[in-house]
Amino acid sequence: MTDSAFVVVRPGALTTVQDLGRVGHAHLGVGRSGALDQPAHRLANRLVGNAEGAATLETTLTGCAVRPLRPATVAVTGAPCPVTVGGRPVAWGSAVRVPSGALLEAGAAAHGVRSYVAFDGGVEAEPVLGSRATDVLSGLGPAPLADGAVLRLGRPRGPVPDVDGVPHRGVAPELVLPVVLGPRDDWFTPAGLRTLTTGDFRVSAASNRIGLRTEGPSLERARDGELASEGMALGALQVPPDGRPVLFLADHPTTGGYPVVGVVPERYLAAAAQAVPGTPVRFTPLVRASWGPPARRTVPDGG
Amino acid sequence: MTVRTLPVGEHGLLIELDSGAAAEALHAELLRRAAERRLPAVREIVPAARTVFLDGLADPGRLAAELPRWRIPPLDRGDSEIVEVPVRYDGPDLDEVARRWGVTPEEAVRIHSGAEFRVAFCGFAPGFGYLTGLPERFHVPRHATPRTRVPIGSVALAGGYTGVYPRSSPGGWQLIGTTDAVLWNTAREPAALLTPGTRVHFIPVSDNTAPEGAAP
Repeated sequence: MTDSAFVVVRPGALTTVQDLGRVGHAHLGVGRSGALDQPAHRLANRLVGNAEGAATLETTLTGCAVRPLRPATVAVTGAPCPVTVGGRPVAWGSAVRVPSGALLEAGAAAHGVRSYVAFDGGVEAEPVLGSRATDVLSGLGPAPLADGAVLRLGRPRGPVPDVDGVPHRGVAPELVLPVVLGPRDDWFTPAGLRTLTTGDFRVSAASNRIGLRTEGPSLERARDGELASEGMALGALQVPPDGRPVLFLADHPTTGGYPVVGVVPERYLAAAAQAVPGTPVRFTPLVRASWGPPARRTVPDGG
Repeated sequence: MTVRTLPVGEHGLLIELDSGAAAEALHAELLRRAAERRLPAVREIVPAARTVFLDGLADPGRLAAELPRWRIPPLDRGDSEIVEVPVRYDGPDLDEVARRWGVTPEEAVRIHSGAEFRVAFCGFAPGFGYLTGLPERFHVPRHATPRTRVPIGSVALAGGYTGVYPRSSPGGWQLIGTTDAVLWNTAREPAALLTPGTRVHFIPVSDNTAPEGAAP
């Protein structure tokens, strides 16, 4: 066993290795994956002097505890939580030293869902298609953390920046998600689209890394049936037969057959990743892409 | 050819065609233009049943406006490599598929292994290709209740598509056979054996090594 590693003492509800994800493989059925709260992941890395693409641990609600086998500089960001080293409280959102063999614990999230634990040198796992991210839908990447598992740490690349710490960005009482309508908004009645932008939705407890599910009113469809499978975007609001939108997060399927009523731009997805079940959700219309309504055009056949 | 361009968020463009063949032709043209650097920078090009989705475009509206001026040659089915997939036609649904086709199981094997397939698109799981090539009269429905576990390497039919399960998973397709071909290997480039545009022949074998009637 290498010394540049850590032992998992308490894996928590779901702790996975995450980075910036896999880009460019959707046509093979491989989704983006990667940290759900990308700003928090990047920040954790910056605090310990890593490149932003280094792998961190993403926890879910209940945190995790690990024992580094070498001295490590760590930082915990994302959902605020009590952080302890050897049982003693240390700062959240700040680079802290963990002696070799000491227990590092990120406790249960006080607000939000997902905390990020960065180690100087990053978590080392075998990259798959250029990423170390765990994709819970496709099974690519390292397995979620388990009791007693040993994960390697990379070599620290340089001095840790001299930063006092960062504030938590605060908790919004409701999740406001701007939506660009389309591509399949025409599968819904005007009343259905009004329901989307005026209805009282809540984050469902069935949400996960694949999608944020909603509870609330059902969007009325203008037509029945399923679409032929088509490519699905990160941030797509897919509407299954029960009419309640599902917001596609990092581990979403690359193709799907239910209509997408609109798409939430990526910059709003970090907030979605931190919304606990029960949080009120409001969808607000963003002006449709500047190039106007969908057009049907005829292209000359070549050949 | 009719194309319809639909916005997907701020940086995506969904291009809808009037047939699967037209979508495959557009996908081939997009790949040609990308290889020749005549396509704006794009993060993903995802073909599907009747659409091609482009994501990560700086200005999707510009490409949407340009598209009507493109000349898209019809698909040249001889333009891509052929992958031969050895299959033991021993699937639990072979008899039912043959019954639906109104032929004997032996004839069903001849029909399936005699067809030339093409990977229209991937989805469902990494390396799972949706292969077209069976005439419409041979289309079959999915099982009403999916199996909880379909073994790795299962060769299966649903709708007009043939697919091969790259790993064991739940699934509702009609299982007609099994292959030992490695569909997904991340140590290989590309990781998927069956990538969009690839032509595929299924070769009947009685075991893993001896193709029957596979002579050139």
